[in-house]
Amino acid sequence: MKQLLRLGELLRPYVKQTLFTTFLLLLLTGIEMVFPSIIQWVVDFGLKPGQMRLVLIAAGAIIGLGILKSIFSYYNRFISEWIANHIAYDLRNRLYNHLQNMPFTYHDHMPSGQLISRVIEDVRSLQSFTGHGITELVRVVLLTLVITIILFSTHARLAVIALLPLIPLVLITTDFGKRIGNMFLTVDNTLGELSSHLQENVTGVQVVRAFSREEHEITNFNLTNRKLYNAQITVVSNWSRIMPTTTLLITVSTILILWFGGRMVLADQLSIGQLVAVNSYVLLLMMPAQQLGWLVNAGGEASAGIQRIFEILDHHPEIHSPTQAINPGELTGKVEFDNVNFKYKNEQASTLHQVNLTVYPNQVIALIGTTGSGKTTLVNLIPRFYDVTTGAVRVDGHDVRDLDLTLLRRQIGIVLQTSLLFSTSIRENIAYGRPQASEEEIIAAAKAAQAHEFILELPLGYDTVIGERGITLSGGQRQRVAIARALLLNPRILILDDSTSSVDTETEHLLQRALSHLMEGRTTFIIAQRLSSVRRADLILVMDQGHIVEQGTHAELLAKNGLYREIYQLQLEDQEKFHEDLEQTRQDLPGLPRQKDFGG
Amino acid sequence: MSVIIAPPPSDDLPQKGFDPQVTRQLLAFMKPYQGQIYFALLLMAVNSFAAISGPYLVKMALDDGLRAGSFTTLRLAVLLYLAAAILQWSAIYFRVFLMARVGQSIIYDLRSRLFSHLQELSLSFFNHYSVGRIIVRVINDVNMIREFITWAMLAIARDLFTLVGIIIVMLGMNPRLSLATFSVMPIMIVITVLFRKRSRENYRKTRTAISWVNSVLAENINAVRVVQSFSRQEFNFDFFKNQVNLNNLQTHLKAVKLAALFFPAVDFLGSLAMGLVIAIGGSAFLGEAVSPGVLVAFTLYINRFFDPIRDLSQRFDTFQSTMASGERIIGLLNAPVEVQDQPQARELPAIQGEIEFDHVSFHYSDDPTPVLEDVNLRIQPGQTVALVGKTGAGKTTLIKLVSRFHDPTAGILRVDGVDLRTVTQASLRSQMGIVLQDPFLFSGTVRDNIRFGRLNATDAEVESAARAVGADEFVQNLRLGYDTPVEEGGVILSQGQRQLISFARALLADPRILILDEATSSVDTQTERIIQQALTRLLKGRTSIVIAHRLSTVINADLILVIHDGRVVEQGSHSELLARRGMYYNLYSMRFEDQ
Repeated sequence: MKQLLRLGELLRPYVKQTLFTTFLLLLLTGIEMVFPSIIQWVVDFGLKPGQMRLVLIAAGAIIGLGILKSIFSYYNRFISEWIANHIAYDLRNRLYNHLQNMPFTYHDHMPSGQLISRVIEDVRSLQSFTGHGITELVRVVLLTLVITIILFSTHARLAVIALLPLIPLVLITTDFGKRIGNMFLTVDNTLGELSSHLQENVTGVQVVRAFSREEHEITNFNLTNRKLYNAQITVVSNWSRIMPTTTLLITVSTILILWFGGRMVLADQLSIGQLVAVNSYVLLLMMPAQQLGWLVNAGGEASAGIQRIFEILDHHPEIHSPTQAINPGELTGKVEFDNVNFKYKNEQASTLHQVNLTVYPNQVIALIGTTGSGKTTLVNLIPRFYDVTTGAVRVDGHDVRDLDLTLLRRQIGIVLQTSLLFSTSIRENIAYGRPQASEEEIIAAAKAAQAHEFILELPLGYDTVIGERGITLSGGQRQRVAIARALLLNPRILILDDSTSSVDTETEHLLQRALSHLMEGRTTFIIAQRLSSVRRADLILVMDQGHIVEQGTHAELLAKNGLYREIYQLQLEDQEKFHEDLEQTRQDLPGLPRQKDFGG
Repeated sequence: MSVIIAPPPSDDLPQKGFDPQVTRQLLAFMKPYQGQIYFALLLMAVNSFAAISGPYLVKMALDDGLRAGSFTTLRLAVLLYLAAAILQWSAIYFRVFLMARVGQSIIYDLRSRLFSHLQELSLSFFNHYSVGRIIVRVINDVNMIREFITWAMLAIARDLFTLVGIIIVMLGMNPRLSLATFSVMPIMIVITVLFRKRSRENYRKTRTAISWVNSVLAENINAVRVVQSFSRQEFNFDFFKNQVNLNNLQTHLKAVKLAALFFPAVDFLGSLAMGLVIAIGGSAFLGEAVSPGVLVAFTLYINRFFDPIRDLSQRFDTFQSTMASGERIIGLLNAPVEVQDQPQARELPAIQGEIEFDHVSFHYSDDPTPVLEDVNLRIQPGQTVALVGKTGAGKTTLIKLVSRFHDPTAGILRVDGVDLRTVTQASLRSQMGIVLQDPFLFSGTVRDNIRFGRLNATDAEVESAARAVGADEFVQNLRLGYDTPVEEGGVILSQGQRQLISFARALLADPRILILDEATSSVDTQTERIIQQALTRLLKGRTSIVIAHRLSTVINADLILVIHDGRVVEQGSHSELLARRGMYYNLYSMRFEDQ
């Protein structure tokens, strides 16, 4: 519950509104207090003959106060909701901006599903609590205080008796409040388990079918389903005890008033009007008391929400522009690695060891090596997706940590192995890095990426929406859109991370052409598996376990008789076998083109 | 540069308002709990009765007890009140517990049915229906139904009971004051109708606004790496803050403005009614002055009279969205199962692995363009067949027919001479292994993932399968060896390693027929070598159909089929096909053009 105190921080911009709505609440509570007195008054004096004017005044007062009450209550409700909606608006903005600026390291360790549910669900539960909950909570406290005072001033002895049942009510509710949090946590966790089970099953549906594991999956699902059932029942069985008990305790209070108060009336120590008034005041507590359980419940949920929200917000991004950032201007594209070591958070071994490298503007650098040898890590250090552990990465002679982050990244284009596109039009996807790009520029980029043709064949051309609400593109098509997107940036430094590996041969062929255009006139880093894509590079780096083990041009490396040559020969096997077969058929069928006509 | 400013449409309101077909199907889920629901209804009636009797007993205590000076009547009234309170407590307790259990049981059944149904739906269904939407159906929409059953359904009954009960008691106690109270009803009805109309529209708008916020948030978080790569943070934030989130704020505030009006309005009618009752009852207008007890009881009843009305009007929202959820759930449950075991389907006996396509054609149910046309083929037991051809030629469809993810639209597909449609899917697939292009791994350990191929395999068998495909070495090097957990989607393992695990999984199943869709992604050379050896090992001794991307796989196949536009246009061995200088020749010479 102490988490709720942090609500204060969120309420700060709306102090005026909060004070005003609380003031309205006070007025409302005051008005509500008057009603029982009027009734008492009518019962004690008005019902006697000849008091018609008194009665009409009382009736008029009730209607008049009713109008006032409605007006205050309207503004109170509206302002409370207004505050709640503004708080939610602020929080969503903060979370959105915070998360999109958190470095890769953070997102590596935080499943996106979890983040999304926090941002959506926790903000929602907080909003509903600040909207109804806080107002109600303040109201319950105010009402209880005021009613207690009035009761004591009306008749102290009867007040003590009437308020007796409130003691167990408070005890039961606070105890419930303490336990309900954990119970809800179990429900939430089990629900999470159930939905991730479902998600996995649907994503892996082909595998499940392929091994005909449907029964097995159903059994597992129902196991979690049953667990959820049990968790929910635990909550409900607690809840079903608390809910009627609060009503019962208030009723018991009425009964006590009738019994003890009645005896006082019979003994002429109390008027009937006073008795009725005391009872009316206690009954005013009925609604709030019934809501108390719900309030405690919502408060628990909101407090868990706040805790999770602030867990995100309190985590400051490790990578951001320095306070006195250098504007690098237009980069020439010189990149240096100076004794770079890199270790991922939570990992024991370093991923890069003592990397020293100088790349001159407009050079094409190829990186090859086994999976996990550190190629991707190396290129990720250039746009500062991660920061070096020791050493420095320099672009145009500046340590990347001294540069303005946005200005640096704007000049670096990246095409990843699997390209993520957004569910909007193709046009907006291509213009993602430069939203203000002109139509001509977009089309030119698409043409250079060999994407223009297939885009024109789509139902709405460049305006075709892709993704969940639109059409699905093939892997090769997506990759070409991603290349166009990077190309439109006209970056000084281009990074191609294995960007042709997940497409079929035919598409790869198209992509290779697109990419060779893309590399002209900029510093390019290309990670590839197939040597065919790297042999024309100015410098080839062979990486192994975080070290650059060989570097040089294709010819130099072949001459070295090292790892590169070994890889080269392995890849050649296929090709040679193909040419042997061709040779074979050439003998059978004279007139076939010669081997060198294929390039070889 | 245009930016989509309009939020996407929301499907939060029922399409048809009130669909009897949907309602009937939803009611069928409540059928098993009929008895309990009726009992809860009875408890609800008891509860309402007890609640209504309260003010009457207060009146009795005041008028017949205190004013008449009768201590016995006071005692009686108090005792009766106590009894009513205890009765009410037990009625609420049992009803809430009962209905919560019924609600939970129904959603358990619903989720179970939905999940089982998902296991039967054809694979093409999943192309159209995203994972996200399925999760919303099974989790959120079902929750909506639960809320309705557990709380709303009986609350509506309670409100109606209470309303009728109060009207009866009021009329019985004093018809004159009752009519005074009811005189505000026409205003109430007008207000409610006007309010409903506007609020329904507002509700739809707020749902649309918030779902836009949520989808933009989710997409940005999922694609955070791309966002940062393109330094889009400022632009995105501006768009989110000033368009998406602001739109949501404004829509909500507009709705709140209206919603905040309703309760005070109803409250005012309550005060108006109370004023009327006091004026008429107290001033002896149109008759005698009433007793204090009656007056007090009436003021108590007026409060309880307006509560259910207010509540009922609020339930209307819940009812609307429950119907919308119900409609979507039933829609999913009614999605047709394309491939179903025939009622007289038999178990496929142990097979040799002969596959025959007899004039097989196929098109999707929603698209009459043929994907496969008149395919005739006979694959001998133990043969390795490689399928080659362009993307979209029909290779994947062909293997999907063999694994019976679809049934042919014309012609017959036989395994060992048996028409596939006459056997159960389980008996067919248990003798068949399928390795997919994207080697999907489930969360769990590496061992669990391999064992998925044969659930009763021993640890030793799991490990020997891994050894056979050359996965043992890297698995042993993982942090916990075979017990290393694989994260969602297998992110900690490389593509090549994941392929090897999926090979081990298939090898452990030891199927007679193996279907393999080779991954297109290239892996580093060392891993490639291991994969090639693993493939040889995997394909040996069984009928195999491979969508081949590796030259080595194609060359080593017993039979190569070149598929083009849904037809088998060339077939033969590698050298035969090269010699033909046809499509196969073109396909493979292009591959080396750039090198």
